[in-house]
Amino acid sequence: MTAPLRFHYDIDGENFTSAGEASVKVKKSLRQLGFPQEVIRRVAIAMYEGEINMVIHAEGGWAEVTVYPDRIEIVLCDRGPGIKDVELAMQAGYSTAPEQIRSLGFGAGMGLPNMKANSDTMVIDTKIGVGTTITMTVNVG
Amino acid sequence: MIGGIMTVTELLDKLPLRALCLPDPDRDVTGGYTGDLLSWVMGSAQPGQAWVTIMSNVNVVAVATLCDVSCVILAQGVTLEPEVLKTAESKLVNVLTSPLPAFELCLTVGELIR
Repeated sequence: MTAPLRFHYDIDGENFTSAGEASVKVKKSLRQLGFPQEVIRRVAIAMYEGEINMVIHAEGGWAEVTVYPDRIEIVLCDRGPGIKDVELAMQAGYSTAPEQIRSLGFGAGMGLPNMKANSDTMVIDTKIGVGTTITMTVNVG
Repeated sequence: MIGGIMTVTELLDKLPLRALCLPDPDRDVTGGYTGDLLSWVMGSAQPGQAWVTIMSNVNVVAVATLCDVSCVILAQGVTLEPEVLKTAESKLVNVLTSPLPAFELCLTVGELIR
């Protein structure tokens, strides 16, 4: 049995300009692998929101995407401040993003809800002062 | 007959629009979405739609790529920096601009493609 295909990306926390590069690369790779359009779209959007969150709140981190025959798994890991109230953070419209982030078009409080909506499972593992790891899966077919 | 699916080039010919970059001119415009908050756009815009916005930073290109919209139409004469346009070109994102405000722009686009 061959090992599942795995992609690793470092997310630069300084840089809003390069934010999204990892998701765009994943999108391209999944397209080359022949995955259905809708699966690719969900993976790319879920991952992009995660990337943006890491840039806004956690000074970056890393992302790992594993391709299984029946699902795509996305792990996003940061050493940021952690999420104080996950339930609140999951509410559409709730945001702790600073004002200058909003002027870039982010900080609408839709990041985590979008990640949830575009994945089939999502687990948030967060500790204050330690960091956050979010694991999402998107089913294929 | 008024309405129906048309390409980005056809839209460009028929409306007060100017192309800032047009790497994929034959793309069909299947509908539209308007909004400036990027997460809302990602949650709602569908592949093939024209995305009307006044947001003008590089993240617009990333969101347009991820959502696979047929074109970005910048309202009220908004343009993109040359660097950002270069990125759009390389990601095959069509970017147009119009002097019209977003509401009027949506009306005219809507009239054409409905």
